[in-house]
Amino acid sequence: MTNGQVALNDRAVSEMPLPDLARLQEQIQQLQTQVEAMRSQMPDNRLAMVVFSGDLDRVLAAFVIASGAAASGMEVSMFFTFWGLTALRQKRQSAGKTLFQKLMGWMTPVGLRRLGVSKMNFGGIGAKMLRAMMKQQGVPQPEEMAQMARDLGVRIVACQMSMDVMGIRKEELIDGIEVGGVATFLGDATRSKATLFI
Amino acid sequence: MTQITYDVEVDARGLQCPMPIVNARKAFQNLQSGQVLRVLATDPGSVNDFQGWVKMVSDAELVSQETTEMDGKTVYVHYVRKK
Repeated sequence: MTNGQVALNDRAVSEMPLPDLARLQEQIQQLQTQVEAMRSQMPDNRLAMVVFSGDLDRVLAAFVIASGAAASGMEVSMFFTFWGLTALRQKRQSAGKTLFQKLMGWMTPVGLRRLGVSKMNFGGIGAKMLRAMMKQQGVPQPEEMAQMARDLGVRIVACQMSMDVMGIRKEELIDGIEVGGVATFLGDATRSKATLFI
Repeated sequence: MTQITYDVEVDARGLQCPMPIVNARKAFQNLQSGQVLRVLATDPGSVNDFQGWVKMVSDAELVSQETTEMDGKTVYVHYVRKK
């Protein structure tokens, strides 16, 4: 030792209690396991939506939120169920359906173009008026909004169970969509930062 | 109007929510790091929308927001930089 100060420090260090290395290693390992478990439960940057309604205004709101979220870099999943399925229809097929399913098919609209508004629809006049008012304000039409959402990569899933109940076949729905059940929704919803029921 | 240099411009004048951010997104994706996007909008909601948008897009930074007059209309100008 050339320096008293260093000698003093050396003594101070040597007098420190030795850490229990095995215990520390064990604690670090426990923490690593916990961090990994937490990381696997972290939500994705995702939005999950149930579109239950077949009202034009509500479906429109759903597509606006979906496009906005997708444009903000979020993954978006939309699950269409019950009346919401009518927004995805592109044609009507009756062959091979039960009487009730046929009736249901005839009485429900085919596609966004035929949807009514939730209030003041007056046999479709309300929906036409809303479309005209949107045009006046430079708001894209619902069909354009839906196409935009799809172009932005929004995942669209039709509920298999309500399709079966209502007698809607996949061929009657627009092309390029998926079919799934409640677990498909929950699989995305549990990893989402936001979930909406519309 | 202050002079902020920008690399790409999106004209969203006359368009309503969500079009300003949808169009901004498309242009923003093609930006190089450090480049600035300028968005022109007449939608007053776009002021809050771009503040919210940069919170969600991790590589976007709001440089400035201005209100100006163009062709007799109030225009909201947003400058977004790619980090």
